Amino acid sequence: MNELLKVALIGNPNTGKTSLFNSLTGLNQKVGNYPGITVDKKTGKCKLDANTTAKIIDLPGTYSLNASSEDENIAVNVLTNWTNTYYPDVVVVVADVENLKRNLLIFTQVKDLGLPTILAINMEDLISAKGITINIAELEAELHTKIVLVSSKKGTGIQQLKSTLLNYKSLSTQQCAIGSTSILSTKELNEKQQKHKDTVRRYQFINALLTQHYTVKKTRSEGFRAKLDAIVTHKVMGYIIFFSILFAIFQALFTWSEYPMDMIDNAFAFLSEWINNTLPEGAFTRLLSEGIIPGIGGIVIFIPQIAFLFLFLSVLEESGYMSRVVFLMDKVMRKFGLSGKSVVPLISGTACAIPAIMAARNIENWKERLITILVTPFTTCSARLPVYAIIISLVIPKGNTFLGLNNHALVLMALYLLGFLTAIVAAYILNKVLKLKSKSYFVIEMPNYKLPLLRNVFYTVLDKTKAFVFGAGKIILAVSILLWVLASYGPGDSFANAEEIVSSSHTNLDAETLDAKITAYKLENSYIGTFGKFIEPTIKPLGYDWKIGIALLTSFAAREVFVGTLATIYSVGAEDEATLKEKMKKEINKDTLQPVFNFPTGISLLLFYAYAMQCMSTVAIVKKETNGWKWPLVQMFGMTIFAYLVALVTYQILH
Amino acid sequence: MTVSDLVKGDKAIITNFNVNEIPLKLIEMGCIEGNFVELVQETPLKDPLYLNINGTFLAIRKETASQILVEKL
Repeated sequence: MNELLKVALIGNPNTGKTSLFNSLTGLNQKVGNYPGITVDKKTGKCKLDANTTAKIIDLPGTYSLNASSEDENIAVNVLTNWTNTYYPDVVVVVADVENLKRNLLIFTQVKDLGLPTILAINMEDLISAKGITINIAELEAELHTKIVLVSSKKGTGIQQLKSTLLNYKSLSTQQCAIGSTSILSTKELNEKQQKHKDTVRRYQFINALLTQHYTVKKTRSEGFRAKLDAIVTHKVMGYIIFFSILFAIFQALFTWSEYPMDMIDNAFAFLSEWINNTLPEGAFTRLLSEGIIPGIGGIVIFIPQIAFLFLFLSVLEESGYMSRVVFLMDKVMRKFGLSGKSVVPLISGTACAIPAIMAARNIENWKERLITILVTPFTTCSARLPVYAIIISLVIPKGNTFLGLNNHALVLMALYLLGFLTAIVAAYILNKVLKLKSKSYFVIEMPNYKLPLLRNVFYTVLDKTKAFVFGAGKIILAVSILLWVLASYGPGDSFANAEEIVSSSHTNLDAETLDAKITAYKLENSYIGTFGKFIEPTIKPLGYDWKIGIALLTSFAAREVFVGTLATIYSVGAEDEATLKEKMKKEINKDTLQPVFNFPTGISLLLFYAYAMQCMSTVAIVKKETNGWKWPLVQMFGMTIFAYLVALVTYQILH
Repeated sequence: MTVSDLVKGDKAIITNFNVNEIPLKLIEMGCIEGNFVELVQETPLKDPLYLNINGTFLAIRKETASQILVEKL
């Protein structure tokens, strides 16, 4: 008989709660969403003995159960609502041995709920190093609990925790008897004052308790922290270090991810071709090889960049350095209506705006958070890269190499800078325009410096990458299928009779060229082609023809679709960039008899892509994060109209 | 005096603050009357402030810090 034990892990941020979760569950974990909200839900399974499996839920890291944030609401709901699927049989409160005082606050709150509760004191390996003395037996008696010393870093104490979990029925459910009002009955008018009173009472209890049973000697580690802080948060050195790290990250991001990205690109091109040659010809095969496979490829190709970015970010986060950056940048960012905490979204935005916008959740001040969400899509995300790459190579002469950089690299770098600059300027303007009143709350813990745990970094990278692939992937895939259908079928006779019309007007062509002509003709008369022609007048002043127009439209869903669409339009079977580039180069505008992709059109396109909001997934996530359609629509129209105007002015001047 | 009047290395005891002007999170992290506070690190404009409150290292903005009354040790 296999028994399933439900265990909830709860504790402050930076206590190693997630490390412990990783130690217990290993790869048997999954990350999902709580219905309707965007807090990550991590659950996993752990075998306790031959007959018992524990289903573990890793609740969001919180400082209390005061239910004053979304994270805390989740925790309170799971721990108090017995109809909740995750209502636990036993709770493990994870505490950091170095800051037991603060960690015990949430412990006493959990204990007062009357659930069997275990106190897992983490980082026990530091006890002797930090000169800590702790009287476990006395603490257990006073807190009516079992204490397990663990080290998620060294993996000690895990077995003991498992056996304590197995014996959960013997755990006391007695409250801490602090004599405070229950956290559930504080729904009156002066709620905050009550919570303050409750917190004060709890701290008085904890302070008295720890004075007797817990001492910390000031040690060298304190000195190490102070020394490192003095350099890292120094008024000059601090900024130099931060920008050097940032530069190194970008450098690595592009050089490292180039090879896997090329490999993925080739693999998918090969797969498409293989399917085309192997499966029997028909609509399904074409949907597979021209719609679905390139669609999936378009998502998968960004995995290396996103994975590397999250690798760097999670190392910065785990080491404790990110908090210092937030501290350092707060005053500067505030001038632009942002918060020091906006740094993380703005950096993440260079991989993908979706996780970046989710990272803005840490910003307490609503106005600062909103501005961060609104300007993050200006940063150059990886989806813009393929678009930039092909246009730059078409319209910018490569020129001489200077300091290892040629004109192409310089233009690309300029576009990245332009993205950041626009984000900052837009934030400044929004800060002046938006009339939102909210308190300038800003609290950030400055955790101890520590060497990042490889395993934690690995799981973070895995989670985030998976979330991107499946989240954004669904939408990109749906759009690619829709696009394929709209481009493969058309209204009226001219589409249905494409073969006859083209072959009768071109009699002396070889089969291959004729096929290409037919494909191009079909596309022109397909649903999407008809629509492209319809909108051509509005984009002509920007220097684009109807084909670019279609690519603009389809790439509303996701920017990188631009290249794929042009590849289809210029009747190139596989996504072979060289061939596509050749075709694009040869494309002649019917009216001006000039190449379509000339310098003015190219620059106009680059700027359009730098500014336009062309990402359905971002729109969706902004809607979710701002609880409504107002801000995503403001953002979408604002950015796209701005992009149109900039592209228009640029083309008209350069033309 | 308030927390924002402290200079680097100063230690003080929190005496009073208006609960409505302080984020609850800060209270939960140990900012309550009777607990000690130390200014750990300064930035050029003294904003934000890097503090040690009751053993927790954290940073808050000057605006919040100036709401917390302290008695210097």
